[in-house]
Amino acid sequence: MIYDLKLVIAYEFDRPTGGGRQHLRITPADLPGLQSLLSHEISISPPPKERRSFTDFWGTEVTELVLPPGMTDCKITLKARVLRQDPEMGLDISPAPVALATELAEVTRLGSASPQHFLTASPRIAPDAAIAAFAAKAMAAAPTVQSAIEALGRALHGHMTFDPKATEVDTPPAVAFALRRGVCQDLAQIMIAGLRSQGIPAAYVAGYLRTLPPPGKPRLEGADAMHAWVAAWAGVQAGWLAYDPTNACWVAADHLIVGQGRDYGDVAPVVGSLRTEGGQRGSHAVDLVASSAKSAASPPAPSPAAVPPPPQRQ
Amino acid sequence: MAPRSPKKPPGFAEGPEERFVEKTKARYRPLKDTPDEMVEADGSLRPLWRDFARAFGGFSAEEVERRRMRAEQYLRDSGVFYRQYGGGQSVERPWPLSPIPVMIAEAEWADLVPGLIQRADLLERLMADLYGDNRMISEGHLPAALVAQNPEWLRPLVGIAPHSGHYLHFLAFEIGRGPDGDWWVLADRAQAPSGAGFALENRVATSRAFAELYAEGHVHRLAGFFRDFRDALLAHRQDRDARAAILTPGPLNETYYEHAWIARYLGITLVQGEDLVVENGRLMVRTVAGLRPVDVLWRRLDGSWADPMELDPGSKLGTAGMVSALRAGGLTMVNALGSGVLETRALMAFMPALSRHLLGEKLKLPNIATWWCGDPEARAEVAGDPSKLLLSDAFATGLPYDRQEAITSAEALFPEALAALLDRDGARLVAQEAVTLSTSPALVDGKLAPRPMSLRVFLARTEQGWQVMPGGFARIGASPDPTAIAMQRGGSAADVWIVSPSEVEAVSMVPAPGSYTRVAPGALPSRAADNLFWLGRYIERTEVMVRLLRARNIRLAEMGTLAAPLLAAMDPMFKARGIDPKPGIPGALLDVLAASIGSAGQVRDRFSPDAWASLTDLNKTARRMALSVTAGDDAARALSALLRKLAGITGLVHENMYRFMGWRFLTLGRLQERAMAMTEMLATLADSKTPGVLDLAIEIGDSVLTHRRRFTVSTSRETIIDLLALDPMNPRGVRHQIEAMGEQVAMLPGASDHGTLSPLSRAMLRLTTELAVEAPETLTQDALWDLYGRIGALSDHITEAYLR
Repeated sequence: MIYDLKLVIAYEFDRPTGGGRQHLRITPADLPGLQSLLSHEISISPPPKERRSFTDFWGTEVTELVLPPGMTDCKITLKARVLRQDPEMGLDISPAPVALATELAEVTRLGSASPQHFLTASPRIAPDAAIAAFAAKAMAAAPTVQSAIEALGRALHGHMTFDPKATEVDTPPAVAFALRRGVCQDLAQIMIAGLRSQGIPAAYVAGYLRTLPPPGKPRLEGADAMHAWVAAWAGVQAGWLAYDPTNACWVAADHLIVGQGRDYGDVAPVVGSLRTEGGQRGSHAVDLVASSAKSAASPPAPSPAAVPPPPQRQ
Repeated sequence: MAPRSPKKPPGFAEGPEERFVEKTKARYRPLKDTPDEMVEADGSLRPLWRDFARAFGGFSAEEVERRRMRAEQYLRDSGVFYRQYGGGQSVERPWPLSPIPVMIAEAEWADLVPGLIQRADLLERLMADLYGDNRMISEGHLPAALVAQNPEWLRPLVGIAPHSGHYLHFLAFEIGRGPDGDWWVLADRAQAPSGAGFALENRVATSRAFAELYAEGHVHRLAGFFRDFRDALLAHRQDRDARAAILTPGPLNETYYEHAWIARYLGITLVQGEDLVVENGRLMVRTVAGLRPVDVLWRRLDGSWADPMELDPGSKLGTAGMVSALRAGGLTMVNALGSGVLETRALMAFMPALSRHLLGEKLKLPNIATWWCGDPEARAEVAGDPSKLLLSDAFATGLPYDRQEAITSAEALFPEALAALLDRDGARLVAQEAVTLSTSPALVDGKLAPRPMSLRVFLARTEQGWQVMPGGFARIGASPDPTAIAMQRGGSAADVWIVSPSEVEAVSMVPAPGSYTRVAPGALPSRAADNLFWLGRYIERTEVMVRLLRARNIRLAEMGTLAAPLLAAMDPMFKARGIDPKPGIPGALLDVLAASIGSAGQVRDRFSPDAWASLTDLNKTARRMALSVTAGDDAARALSALLRKLAGITGLVHENMYRFMGWRFLTLGRLQERAMAMTEMLATLADSKTPGVLDLAIEIGDSVLTHRRRFTVSTSRETIIDLLALDPMNPRGVRHQIEAMGEQVAMLPGASDHGTLSPLSRAMLRLTTELAVEAPETLTQDALWDLYGRIGALSDHITEAYLR
């Protein structure tokens, strides 16, 4: 499936800003066999003083900007065309959960995809006894790692209520879990905490989600938005398996990948510092359409996002 | 081998040595099964210590105390301190010196050096591997988990090769002598090793205490080490316009004193994270002359704090874009960010194997036996023979006894409990042999007593490769227990003398003619300028307050209730400053003093130690006075005493401070504050009809004698306006301040660009000119208030142009 992606991030400031540096992680990844980035373009208004890009440790493309002082608004637009493969979910070749530790010990690599990075606490995902207990219970009957991942994902989906107003970008997973509310970021981080507590390496994946409401089925939550889900390591043979706890499904062709890391912090879409005094407002809108379907149906109108604006540190 | 003095120190008769040995046998008993640096197991003196012991044996108790005081006096006078944390607070503590040096023979030292250099090379290779292709992990010599779960392994730095070709430039090793007399490495310091500056201070203080012994003792000098390292730092610059800087976390850091001190000693700019900015991939420092490149950064800040964008986002000490500057490739970081991972305690378990695989050599200098309990075989060994083993955090850095951390004695646990603990938490645990250390003499109640000793040795990468500081920093335990060596727990520091059998080369920081070109003084960082400017203002503000308060208290003492109208006339000036003038020493005065100390503390590298000592002394005195001094005569006397101390500070600053950019800002602050205060006083008092008010004004203006000499008539509005506002010859007058400010402003960068004046220069010139043509009768009260506002506005111009 070929997609046309458009992302618009916009800020308004009450007072002209000082200068600042920003890192954007918004470009879809180029992942052989999974996803190809056919073309992309990021435009910024006002024009930045400096602009360069690099690939970070996790393999994610980062656009680094130095913004000029004196901005009253700022608009970042990404346009990309992406080919997303739709790999079949194969047979379950993952080991029994108890056997995973032995397989993990044999992994003597530290590349970005090594499960070694994803087994213990990370800056935004601290161990939590309640999540661990929930995960242990949900997975208790699972014969394989793959079935354990799915069991936890489903259980979490049932346990949590999608609620964009309940949490903030910095809400720790333990708090969101106690509230039983949150958005995709919270569900993904809770699921990661749960998987790690049971010895399964788990990563946070950031990307975009397309919604195609099938006849009679409800629209997927977080439609046409920046989205987040989970990749879990299911042994040497099965490798990484991606699960979307927000929608209780294995990740498929509707999910466009930007990158993965230990938690939200490693793949946050916008990180940076601007000197500002006074208030600011941010919004973002995602428009993701299958390019083959473009002529047939009118593209969905970009909607102002209901999710919290990208994080701003000051 | 025994160093022999060419001649005996004067004044020592034959015999003290024997007496000392007698005393030693009686009193200086080495601890059981513990080697001692000074005496053999049988109590006989080691030859190396003979001269020292001979001299020391001849000292009376008073003499010993006098010498100890001399060392302490030096440290106090130089303001050497470190910060101690505890109970949620941090306080400055005087440096705890143990004045008895630790002596090591040159030949023994020479045997140590190859092992130290080998270890430095090993760490360099390991660093390159951990931040490169991870061969040690993929080949199975190092467990992946130890790196992947390590908070000091900074992933954003993986793949960024160091510009200089080397990751490590300055290292320290903590070493100790084991029971068999051999040296062992106790800990590796690779993050941002501290102590080298303190080692130098120890040296100076100790040589004050034992001047004749040091002078004739063939002790290797330290200055050459620092000189070579400085030259190496400067050599990494891309061009001569760029600079090397020392990055400090700031005055609240434990070892800030040392950062400021080394910066001063080496003549290198001291910066904090907020002074720096990255522009087009190059690190720059904000100075009063604009952005200037920094190509070499000696960081005294932990790596993860260096860049909130890519490292710890909670850091307020770092610089956004620092990693980006490293990625761009022009910046040499000393040491490379991420070097903290080398300090990981569990790594010690793998050093022997890593040395074989990375260097193809056996370790020349062993480190203390260590087991990482994530490894099943290691777990079995620890569980099998837990005697003398201590369990601690595998990922901890530094020495186990240096920080307050959980340490468990393995042998104290029941075997089942130990096995369960190892099985559950093995990957997070490391087992190490309990440290045993040799002892060295320390002064305990005026007498020598053996105390455990460990040594911090320093290595610097110079153009000729690794160089080991000939000496170092010994830590002396507070009690015979080797774990009580940490200064946070009452331990102290001693100088280390590497003693040669023959004359040593005398070196100093002053370069030999022609060998070294002095670096042009770098532009002043804006933050330092800001602090100096405000320091100038605060000190002057203190003085003005003291003068106002003194005048008030004198009136009170001399006139009693009759003073009321005069006091009322002064009141607006107290109100404007938020002072309640009724107490002898009002709290508002102490607040301004605290602000002065705060500003001065930020610029210790640019402020003379004497001036700092005077300022803290003034602060202490004022605080003590505030407890007891009562209004009236008592307060007037106390305030006069404070005024004399203040004169001392301004004197020190103006007599001793080099006429540099920093001094200009300090001076500008003082002049501006004084001009404003004087104008305000004239506007408040000159038109008052209260009898005696004009004499009061002259007194506050410190111009009584001048007035008497210049005007034969008694005080009038005209005479005081003329003298205190318009007379350019009166150093207390407004016009004098304005003209002096004008002179300083003209010397600031960018004051005029090809004849076009900067906004500050223009405002300055206008003010100077207008004041020059005023006459007492045109300078009305309204005109004075207008003048007051315009002098105040100069501050905005200065801030806008230089202090942002």
